[in-house]
Amino acid sequence: MHLAYPAVLSALLFCTGLYGVLARRNAILVLMSVELMLNAVNLNLVAFDVWLSKAAEETLHSGQALTLFTITIAAAEIGIGLAIVLAVYRNRGTSDIDKLRDTAESHDTEGPDHDALTAGQAEKAEATA
Amino acid sequence: MSPTSAALTTAADTHGFLSPTGVEIAFLLVGLVTFGAALVTVTTRQLVHAALWLVATLGGLAVEYLLLTAEFIAWVQVLIYVGSVVVLLLFGLMLTKAPIGRSPDADSGNRWAALTVALAAAATLIWVVVDAFRTTWIDLEGPAAGSTKATGESLFQNWVLPFEGLSVLLLAALVGAIVLSRQAKETAADGPGTGCRSGNRTEAGAPSATGVPAPAATEPGAPSEKESR
Repeated sequence: MHLAYPAVLSALLFCTGLYGVLARRNAILVLMSVELMLNAVNLNLVAFDVWLSKAAEETLHSGQALTLFTITIAAAEIGIGLAIVLAVYRNRGTSDIDKLRDTAESHDTEGPDHDALTAGQAEKAEATA
Repeated sequence: MSPTSAALTTAADTHGFLSPTGVEIAFLLVGLVTFGAALVTVTTRQLVHAALWLVATLGGLAVEYLLLTAEFIAWVQVLIYVGSVVVLLLFGLMLTKAPIGRSPDADSGNRWAALTVALAAAATLIWVVVDAFRTTWIDLEGPAAGSTKATGESLFQNWVLPFEGLSVLLLAALVGAIVLSRQAKETAADGPGTGCRSGNRTEAGAPSATGVPAPAATEPGAPSEKESR
């Protein structure tokens, strides 16, 4: 098999995940896009490991071992990420990452975004406390 | 029958670029399905549908692993991603009370900037990758490179220490998820109690009062789910 097939598919999936991370507003959808990016990297690792294990005499199968480690770490990451999202949802009542602007500059909350203004007052009260 | 198989072997021997082998055609078709499902995942406005299209993407990737003769990785992908991560994501969607129907604000305002960045990255990556590996071929003949035997031998001969370290990391993630869930419960419990700080905290939670009574129901969900993994 030509190596370009898995490599190009991996690049396409990675950029799809990149678009999702940048364009999505719900935190859980952002986590889904991160999963897409991780899977693209996994496909690359597996393809190059299969290529190199046939090309070299001695191989450690490092690509496949790293793929297994990536899958495990992704599972841990999604667990922690969802716990954080649920904690934020319990505190703020939203999982919309555009509304979590505690660390933004102060003039951002005075901007034309009235939704952020009303939601920001409670957060400001909490931040000053 | 024999002329077609002979033509296939000669095509594989000469590595003809315009006469793809059967594996390449299968990889291409499954790859198209996978990429389409990934596109729907990041563009659909129905949040639950996004999670379900993610199942199609991850399943397609498992088939691609099988076509690359990495069978153990393929089944691990099916078990962990399709079996557990997507279920976790669906639980998360339900616990944050995601709307079932179409949600008009699923995409943020900087969608066009994101599209520009993604397209530029895709063009650059594909150009570089195709240019670099134009004459590289994966040899899929012979014993499978990713059979369970080969993967297990390399994993437990060369990668034992990272493997054990990973189990510690999983334990830490488990404990961390439980702590994150319990902390919120304690602050909610002493919220109506004393102090101006807790008073402000309940005030901060007040605008979302429609979503807040849920915690009692949501709390047991998150930790027990982690344990099941």
